[in-house]
Amino acid sequence: MLAIVDYGVGNLFSLTCSLRAIGAEAVVTGDGAVLARAERVILPGVGAFGDAADALRASGLDRVVLREAEAGKPLLGICLGMQLLFDCSLEYGRHEGLGLIPGSIRPIRPLIPKQLKVPHIGWNALRFPRGRPVSPLFRYIQEGDCVYFVHSFAGADCGEHTIATAEYGAELTAAVARNNIYGVQFHPEKSGPVGLNILKAFCQQ
Amino acid sequence: MIAKRIIPCLDVKDGRVVKGINFQGLSDVSSPVELARFYSGCGADELVFYDITASAEERALFTGILRETASAVFIPLTVGGGIRTLEDFDRVLKCGADKVSVNSGALRDPSLIPRAAERYGSQCVVLSVDAKRVNGQFRVLSKGGREDTGLDAISWIKSGVANGAGEIVLNSIDTDGVQGGFDLELLQAVCDTVDVPVIASGGAGCIQDFITLFKALPKVDAGLAASIFHFGQVSIPELKQALAAEGIPTRL
Repeated sequence: MLAIVDYGVGNLFSLTCSLRAIGAEAVVTGDGAVLARAERVILPGVGAFGDAADALRASGLDRVVLREAEAGKPLLGICLGMQLLFDCSLEYGRHEGLGLIPGSIRPIRPLIPKQLKVPHIGWNALRFPRGRPVSPLFRYIQEGDCVYFVHSFAGADCGEHTIATAEYGAELTAAVARNNIYGVQFHPEKSGPVGLNILKAFCQQ
Repeated sequence: MIAKRIIPCLDVKDGRVVKGINFQGLSDVSSPVELARFYSGCGADELVFYDITASAEERALFTGILRETASAVFIPLTVGGGIRTLEDFDRVLKCGADKVSVNSGALRDPSLIPRAAERYGSQCVVLSVDAKRVNGQFRVLSKGGREDTGLDAISWIKSGVANGAGEIVLNSIDTDGVQGGFDLELLQAVCDTVDVPVIASGGAGCIQDFITLFKALPKVDAGLAASIFHFGQVSIPELKQALAAEGIPTRL
């Protein structure tokens, strides 16, 4: 069983539908005991980092997610859920994250040429870092496949933990991984067959 | 780079897609769910559902169909038609819509845009505008293009974006239905004014019209059309291959 962490942030309708479409049994839950029993966990999220981090802490689920991730359970953060995995975010002040992925979340604006719009929104192609094996998360897709992004902030300083980038006037972090912990900046549940194949690969971790 | 988007628009009434549609291999050519699946399968980058229902009963039917479609198709969905209040936003977003398009509702109450942007984020709020040349000016038309509001389209769009609209669907009434190409002059004027994504609508008749659009106006993000896709006059896979062959960033 796969558990989607429900801490009151975001609309989980499309995500649950996409998991159903690949035959994964998913429950949306805010119950720590259910998360502990799950074989794998997805941490979703939309909106502002500070609000989401506060909501996650207020629910007490931050400790459950940390405990399960550190115990080796596969964890996938999606969009803001990926950003929460980082050490901290500089979105409107400084906010602490879960510290599962080294690095910080920073605004895209100073990284890219002025004529490019923020948010980075739309379909963009994934690039895999040179000289390293392709992440198992991407075993069913190819470099150059497009996925759907909506974000104004992105992961930085995550070094070897970057498993994919997207070119938007700069190489933006598109996905990260550290052992059993994965994060994708884009929305696999809105990325057509490519997105479903990424979710399928996670469900086999 | 961000791929240019190709967006088919489905007009839905009584839970069915209106306008004649002729596709081989579809068991039910007016089922929004089947058509959405079809378009998603042939590479559409996004779908627009336009609700042209009249009664509350039909609206509930639309909501049900939207939910069913969103459960089956995993690409971005934009919903427009009859959006007047934040409750309307809430209703369609809960059914799996990713973006909500406002037109008449924002003309009636311009505060709808900032209120929706504050609650759901600008990326969720699409301002759809029907524009037409009147006395040397681009005017905003209401009631599906039948009535001149007297508003200057460029100023209306500018204020809409300043108030939080995250994307513009620009439909030219002058070129709509003519199939002689998009309204490049109007689109250029809007692209020069705002820095949010602009979706061109109205006038596409063939693949070359999309190539011309994206080559002449690199700032345009997407091309939207209805009947040329529905009638099979332009096939989306062929269109996307042609765009890619021209060096236009495309999701294949």
